[in-house]
Amino acid sequence: MRYADEFRDPDKARTLVAEIVRLAAPLAADRGRPLQIMEVCGGHTHTIFRYGLKAMLPQELIEFVHGPGCPVCVLPMGRVDNCVALARNPNVIFTTFGDAMRVPGSHGSLLQAKADGADVRMVYSPLDALQIARKNPGREVIFFALGFETTMPSTALTVLQARREGIGNFSLFCNHITIPATMKALLDSPDLMLDGFLGPGHVSMVIGNRPYDFIARVYHRPLVVSGFEPLDLLQSLWMVIKQIAEGRCEIENQYTRIVPEEGNAQALAAVGEVFELRDFFEWRGLGSIEHSGVKMRADFARFDAERKFSMPHLTVADPKACQCGDVLKGLIKPHQCRVFGTACTPETPLGALMVSSEGACAAYHQYGRLTRTAQPAAAASA
Amino acid sequence: MNAAAAGTPPLQPAAARAPTVTLAHGAGGRAMRALIERTILPAFSNPLLAPLEDQARLSIADLAAYGDRLTFTTDSYVVTPLTFPGGDIGKLAVFGTANDLAVSGARPLYLSCGLVIEEGLALDELARIVQSMGRASHEAGVAIVTGDTKVVERGAADRLFINTAGIGVMPAGVNPSAARARPGDAVLVNGTLGDHGVAILLARNELALDAPVLSDCQPLYSLVAAMLAACNDIHCMRDATRGGLATVLNEFAASSRVGIRLREAALPFNETVRGACEILGLDPLYLANEGKLVAVVPGPHAGAVLAAMRAHPAGRHAAIIGEVCAEPAGNVILATAIGGDRVVDMLAGEQLPRIC
Repeated sequence: MRYADEFRDPDKARTLVAEIVRLAAPLAADRGRPLQIMEVCGGHTHTIFRYGLKAMLPQELIEFVHGPGCPVCVLPMGRVDNCVALARNPNVIFTTFGDAMRVPGSHGSLLQAKADGADVRMVYSPLDALQIARKNPGREVIFFALGFETTMPSTALTVLQARREGIGNFSLFCNHITIPATMKALLDSPDLMLDGFLGPGHVSMVIGNRPYDFIARVYHRPLVVSGFEPLDLLQSLWMVIKQIAEGRCEIENQYTRIVPEEGNAQALAAVGEVFELRDFFEWRGLGSIEHSGVKMRADFARFDAERKFSMPHLTVADPKACQCGDVLKGLIKPHQCRVFGTACTPETPLGALMVSSEGACAAYHQYGRLTRTAQPAAAASA
Repeated sequence: MNAAAAGTPPLQPAAARAPTVTLAHGAGGRAMRALIERTILPAFSNPLLAPLEDQARLSIADLAAYGDRLTFTTDSYVVTPLTFPGGDIGKLAVFGTANDLAVSGARPLYLSCGLVIEEGLALDELARIVQSMGRASHEAGVAIVTGDTKVVERGAADRLFINTAGIGVMPAGVNPSAARARPGDAVLVNGTLGDHGVAILLARNELALDAPVLSDCQPLYSLVAAMLAACNDIHCMRDATRGGLATVLNEFAASSRVGIRLREAALPFNETVRGACEILGLDPLYLANEGKLVAVVPGPHAGAVLAAMRAHPAGRHAAIIGEVCAEPAGNVILATAIGGDRVVDMLAGEQLPRIC
């Protein structure tokens, strides 16, 4: 497969790993612990597990901390409950991306609502939802808009298209969230011990590299925006560690084939036209974070499901036993959570990190069993 | 049933409507008899079915000539759309059940066919599907010897469901089982993985993807016979349908209490299928196949079995994809092409495409 296999070359991977080990060994020895590098994006977590990158790097030198960048995972229960309430309306066709269907609310998931008779349909793009609205003029079609800056432009463009066509039966339940505000909240957390970041490639393709400047300037941590193939991640990791070794803290871009320095102006313009920052947005496990979500501007009220329909708008506390927040902050590893693999499994997820294949817990559960059996001491201490 | 009373739109002029299956066709009367005699019997035609008794009568002596044990299995087929590139529900219903028999080493001989039809299905389409079943049964070397037809009201089924049950005979001395994998055995597969799963996804037209992928729907018995001729002692064999290769290998690893190590670089994939999976975020190891088997054979015989498979049309792209080891017992490990290792677990539910 061209354009993919080139980024999975085992010889190049071995060279990079050797170079990472050479640079990281003295740094880890200095600290008396492995270097902790957070991959912010769930797509990166997926790559690390799917290609077995963890097993290629000595665990006494490098520890990946899996960040909050899985939009499905950080969705609080109250928002899922609102989705289910909207979907139960008999005149509503509720459309959503596939992996949001399994996220548990306090009264079940969208998948369960569908089984109970709600008209919930899986779509691959917001434009598919708009098409459903065109075909069903007598019914209200709601799109569950979800994701970071990556998916915001396609949602915004869909709303602009709906307005151009004068489609009156289409609206968004907007749950878009932003990465930089969330990284700031993480960096402000006093118990965080991170040496550097792998920055999210898809988000950066939209927003560019400048929004991360504060991470280097204020928090003195290096960040390298990374692609999603295994060699992308290894090269980015090498770039982060090289910065640490050379005493630098900079925002660098490994994913130059996709990410322009200033982002995508057209996409940003569409996002700016449709959305504005919320004062606060609630995250599962992390609590309320300032300026971390967007809502629709007043001009687009008729496409805003939050204005168009009545919703319970409840804040539902995360399940007590669930430690998703500690995992998201990198304080504990997924298998150290008290309900991991027992009360919380991919079949019956309690915490959202177990839901999506990008969630750190699901990835550990699906791909990580071996590394854990090799480290019984770590698991026992949980 | 009165269409107007049921709230359906008024009837079109008769000439504009293609004839469809109605509840009358399932009522046991003349309409049903006509459907069976005109549409179904000619497609399935064989001497055991022709008398139309309430049961097929099978000669024990004929069966005993093929081996010493009967195998018996059943499967129900529900698929949308009914026809897809490379096959249709009828072909699937014949090959699927015949293959479930064949992977025990048994020669599949007889099938039953239960049709559950939603009223309103075009008679033409039903005819096409039962004709396809007839052709498939010839190809697979089985006879459809008994059957049943039910028609249900609109909404009570999704156009057409088919159940088939099958009987086969296992030759003496052949005994593949999920519990018989031993360290040192080799793992083989007869061709590219995930073709059926991707063909169905694309045929639903829900993705803005257009790629020429055919379902791999095919009968496996003659391939199995060739493999058994090369090595009578195949330890494990299953067809990798729902849940794909990953699910079958996890079943082997768990039942045999062994580890299975796969080499990613050795897995045969159609390039288009790999590409579609990359775009959709699907793992082809979990995608359904309808003409692929996984076999675990003693290491010293792996070369001979592989050669026999490659010489057969259903095994042209066969490959040795991994081996059985003592540890980690109960786990399937994939050595990734880039040089890492990962666990290939069972799926929790359906694979859902990722957001981005």
